Amino acid sequence: MSTYLAKRLVYMVIILFAASLLIFCLYALTPGDFISGNIKLTPERKAELREIYGLNKPVLERYAVWMKNAFHGDLGFSLSQQKPVLTLFNQYIWNSFLLAVVSTFFTWLIAVIIGVIAAYKQYSWFDTLVMVAIFAAMSLPSFFIGLFLIKILAVDWKWLPPGGMLTTGSNATGLAYVKEVVHHMTLPVIVMTLLGVGSLTRYFRSNMIDVIKQDYIRTARAKGMKERKVLFTHALRNALLPAITLVGFELPALFGGSLIIEQIFNWPGIGQLYMQSFSLRDYPLLMGFTMLIAVLTVIGTLISDILYRVADPRVRL
Amino acid sequence: MSSMNAELSVNKQASPVPVKSSLWKLSVRRLLKNKLAISGLIVVVFMFALCFIGPLFSPYTDNKIHMAMMNKAPSLKHWLGTDALGRDVLTRLMQAGRISLTVGLASMLLSLFIGLLLGAIAGYYRGIVDQVIMRVADLLLTIPGLPLLFIFGALLSEWKVPTDYRMYMVMLMLSMINWPGLARMVRGQMLSLREREFMQAAVVLGLRDRRKLFNHLLPNLVPLLIVIATLNIGGAILSESVLSFFGLGVMPPTATWGNMIDAANNMIDFQERPWLWVPPGLSIFATVIAINLFGDGLRDVLDPKQKR
Repeated sequence: MSTYLAKRLVYMVIILFAASLLIFCLYALTPGDFISGNIKLTPERKAELREIYGLNKPVLERYAVWMKNAFHGDLGFSLSQQKPVLTLFNQYIWNSFLLAVVSTFFTWLIAVIIGVIAAYKQYSWFDTLVMVAIFAAMSLPSFFIGLFLIKILAVDWKWLPPGGMLTTGSNATGLAYVKEVVHHMTLPVIVMTLLGVGSLTRYFRSNMIDVIKQDYIRTARAKGMKERKVLFTHALRNALLPAITLVGFELPALFGGSLIIEQIFNWPGIGQLYMQSFSLRDYPLLMGFTMLIAVLTVIGTLISDILYRVADPRVRL
Repeated sequence: MSSMNAELSVNKQASPVPVKSSLWKLSVRRLLKNKLAISGLIVVVFMFALCFIGPLFSPYTDNKIHMAMMNKAPSLKHWLGTDALGRDVLTRLMQAGRISLTVGLASMLLSLFIGLLLGAIAGYYRGIVDQVIMRVADLLLTIPGLPLLFIFGALLSEWKVPTDYRMYMVMLMLSMINWPGLARMVRGQMLSLREREFMQAAVVLGLRDRRKLFNHLLPNLVPLLIVIATLNIGGAILSESVLSFFGLGVMPPTATWGNMIDAANNMIDFQERPWLWVPPGLSIFATVIAINLFGDGLRDVLDPKQKR
C-alpha cells in the first residue's frame, strides 16, 4: 500500500508538471495578450507594459518564472483586476462552493431516494417513468435549460431572480442577507441538481438492484424481518457503500465552480471569473484556474481509489 | 466484470459459425422488444430525416435577407417565425441540424478511430508503446476538458480559420478530448482478452499479429464499441452546442443548434422572441435523449453484463 501510494504520488506530480507546461504553452499560443486588447494605449506604452509584466520574454522562460513562484505559493498577479490570483480565488471560490455544496446535497438526496424506490419496484410504471426522467436529465444541454428556466420562472412568472447573488444595490445584512442569497441561488441550484441527478439516480438504482438479489437479503426476509428494515438497514447500506468512491470525483466540481452555470446565472463564482478573464487573456488567472482544477481532479481520483479499497478490502492497490 | 466477460466471449468463441449470425438476429429481436430504445431510434431517424430531407421542401432555403419579414412571430407561412434578418427559423433549424448532427457523428467516428487504434496498440503490444500512449492519455485526461476546448476555440478564432472549415476543426477538437477515455477502455479490454485461451490457441497456431488482431481480438470488442459509440454521439452533440453557444465553435453564417441559441444573449430576443432560441434547444434535447435511450437499449442487448 505505501509503495503504491509513493509511486502514485510521484506519478501525480510528474503528470501535473507536464499538464502545467502544456496548458501554459497553449495559453501562450493564443495570440493577443491582455495589453494588445486595450485600444487606449500607445504602442510605446504597450511595449513598456509588456516589459513590466514580462510578456516579451520567451514562453519557456515565462513558464519557469511562473512555476518557481507557484512553488512559493504565489500564482501571480491578475492583470485585469490588479490583485493577486490567490486573493481573487479566495474571494470567489466560496461562492462557487456554496452553490456546489447545496446542489450536491440535493442531488445525492434525491438520487438515493428515487434510486432505491425505483430499484425496489423494478419494471413497474414508476420505474419506467424514472428511467425516462433519468435519460432526460442526462441529455439536458446545461446552458439551454438554464436559459429556459430563467425565461419561464424569472422573466415570465417573476417567481425568482434571473441571476446574480444579491439584488443590485442591495445592502442587506444579517438574516435579510441570507434570505436574499437563498432566493438568488434557488434557480441555479435547481438547474445544477437537475443536471447531476440523472446519472447518480441510475447508479443507485442499479446498485440497489444488484444488492436486492443477494442471498443475505433473502435470508433477512426468510427470518421474517419487516420489509422496510430489510430495505433500509440491510440493502441500502450495502448499496450506498460503493458510492463513497464517487466522493473523490465530486472534488473538482465542489471547488472548481461551474463555467457554464455561473456564466448563465451571473453568479460571482470562480467559474464566472474564469469566463470573464478568458476573453481578456488574463493568463495568470486562467493558468491558476486550470491548474487548480487539474490538481483537484488528480487528488480526487487518488481519494477515490483509496476509498475504493476502504469500501472493499478485497481490492488490492 | 472481467470474469463475466470471460464467460461471454468463451460462449461466443465456442459456438460454430452459423450460430453467430443468429446471435445478431436474436439481439435485433430483443432490441425490438425494448419500447424505450425503439422510440429513441424512431426519434433519431425522424431528426435525421427532418434535417437532411426537410430543407428540400422549404421555400426559404436561399437564406436571403428579407427586410419586410424581420422578427415575425410563428405563423402559417413561417411555422417557427423569422429571425432578425427575415430568415425562416424552421429552415435554419433544419440546416443547423445538418451541421450539428454531422459534427456529432463525425467527431464520434474520429475519436472512436483514434481511441481504438491507440488503445488496441497499447493493449496488444504493451511495453514502451503502451507506456507512451497511456501517459499521453493520462495527461489529456488531467487537463479539464472545457477550458481546453475554449483554448482550442480561441486559437481557431485568432488564426482566422475560415468559417467553412471551422466545422471540421470543431470535430477535431472534440475528438482530441474524447479519445483518451476510449483508448483506456479499449486497452483494458485488450489486456483481458489477450490472456484468454482462444488467444493462446491463436499463438500456438502461429497466426500473424495482423490476423490475431483483426480476426480474433477486435471482433470481440465490437459489441462494446457499438454501445460506447452510440452514447458518445449524444455527448459530442452537447459539447458542440456549448462551444458554438459561447462563440468558440462553429460560427455564423453557418448555423448550428448551439449558435442559434446565442440569440438568447440578446435581451430582447431572449424575453420577447423565444421562437428564435427555444426550438434549437429542444432539438438538441430531443436528439440527445433519443440517442441515449437507443444506446442504452443497445447496451442491454449487446453487453448485458456491463455495469451501468
